Amino acid sequence: MASAAFEEIAETFEFLDDWEDRYRHVIELGKELPRLDDAVKVPATKVEGCASQVWLLPRIEGTGPAARFDFQGESDAMIVQGLIAILHALYSGLSVTEVGVVDAPAELARLGLNEHLSAQRSNGLRAMVERIRKLASEAAAA
Amino acid sequence: MYDLAKVRADFPILSREVNGKPLVYLDNGASAQKPRVVIDAMTRMYEEEYSNVHRGLHFLSNLATDKYENVRAIVRRFLNAPNDTDIVFTTGSTEGINLISYGWAAPRLQAGDEIVLSVLEHHANIVPWHFLRERQGVVLKWVEPEADGSLAAEKVVEAIGPRTKLVAITQMSNVTGTRVDVKAICAAARAKGVVVLVDGSQGAVHGPVDVADLGCDFYAITGHKLYGPSGSGAIYIRPERQAEMRPFLGGGDMIDTVTREGVTYNSPPMKFEAGTPGIVQQVGMGVALDYLMALGMENVAAHEADIAAYAQARFAGLNWLHQQGTAPGKGAIFSLTIEGGAHAHDISTILDKRGIAVRAGTHCAMPLMEFFGVSATARASFGLYNTREEVDALVSALELCHEFFA
Repeated sequence: MASAAFEEIAETFEFLDDWEDRYRHVIELGKELPRLDDAVKVPATKVEGCASQVWLLPRIEGTGPAARFDFQGESDAMIVQGLIAILHALYSGLSVTEVGVVDAPAELARLGLNEHLSAQRSNGLRAMVERIRKLASEAAAA
Repeated sequence: MYDLAKVRADFPILSREVNGKPLVYLDNGASAQKPRVVIDAMTRMYEEEYSNVHRGLHFLSNLATDKYENVRAIVRRFLNAPNDTDIVFTTGSTEGINLISYGWAAPRLQAGDEIVLSVLEHHANIVPWHFLRERQGVVLKWVEPEADGSLAAEKVVEAIGPRTKLVAITQMSNVTGTRVDVKAICAAARAKGVVVLVDGSQGAVHGPVDVADLGCDFYAITGHKLYGPSGSGAIYIRPERQAEMRPFLGGGDMIDTVTREGVTYNSPPMKFEAGTPGIVQQVGMGVALDYLMALGMENVAAHEADIAAYAQARFAGLNWLHQQGTAPGKGAIFSLTIEGGAHAHDISTILDKRGIAVRAGTHCAMPLMEFFGVSATARASFGLYNTREEVDALVSALELCHEFFA
């Protein structure tokens, strides 16, 4: 399952058959993503395990399993910033329960971007997905 | 005549593709690829010649011991060291430098004694000295490079004070390819009675080395950067320094006798080699060094100088490309950033799509990154098998990056 925003991205990607166009689009998506205030770029929001710098600020509305999940994220690398925009489309607006059900590697595979989720990649996408799932599951249990 | 096509044919991996493109391997500064002779020698040893060394009296043990010990002579020739026994086997420069830190420096340096080192150093030639700073109050005296990344030998020499006991210096920066005049540093340090450790991790890969001519006390090399296996390496230790050293790791092979009351040690170099070593790795390194000596390190250096000059000429036309470190006479190692928002990881990701392997990050040299005021660079490091066409492929992919991330 995935959000409408993600389905829209997936539809666009269907028309982009070479990697250069896909990456151009990833970068464009990143440029459209709002930047974080420097004030929230603190150790608590930093996602470790990324060779580039990545921050993730959750925004959860409500409590319990039906609480709505949203987040803001930023990276100092442009491709990672675009990947964050895609993760944002994938997760934002879902309930914290739904966040736990999303199969991120499978969804990113639909865009031909799943290589960025492999365990040994240091771009931080996998660490971001883990952070998102952890935040959502903590919120669901609250 | 350097037959580049023949050299390339010696390295099986160079014929593979990455992301549908011919591999362009420009990450030699991190680790070099292996020629067929090394791979075959290691396979043959496991299939026909393997046993532990220094222990058995049976046929295979003697055979393996002979092959393994013969590598000492190969390393001695490669470094032009006076004696086979000056060569201590290690798992690489990191272990070599730690051996000197624990075995030579730790028992001798007092609080307030100084170690002179440069901002160019790799973490392997920084952290072992920080240990001594943390644990026993040794003072680290840093020598600053010039704006172009060059390091003036006079500045290193000037930093040597009455309490300086050691100079720990690289022969070539792994980030910028800057060459350091270690011979001048050794001569001046020796005149003041100060010991010099040379980190040859990069220097030994890119040109002939003569430790007798350099006059250093320690010279560390790493096999995997020298077209040999990972986990292999050696350090040259001047006999006078060996005599001053206590052992580092304790265990089998490094002892003469062990009783309930005490231990007597084996003679150097084995005094500093505890436990079963990387037998096949060291044999593989020996084959790699023989391969390099057969090519001729002066020929390797000449080829890489040609590639470096060609790369510099191609880079010169790209006004959006910035190079960290442009010291005259530098080696074929280029640390690059692109104007605009592109991170080194962005560059590396796009290059990878073109089949080009570079390293993105801080290259185990954070003080130097800080000096240049960059958080990370994309590093293209060339080796003996790289071609002008690969420089062209790099430039073309960098142009794509510039367009992508503008």
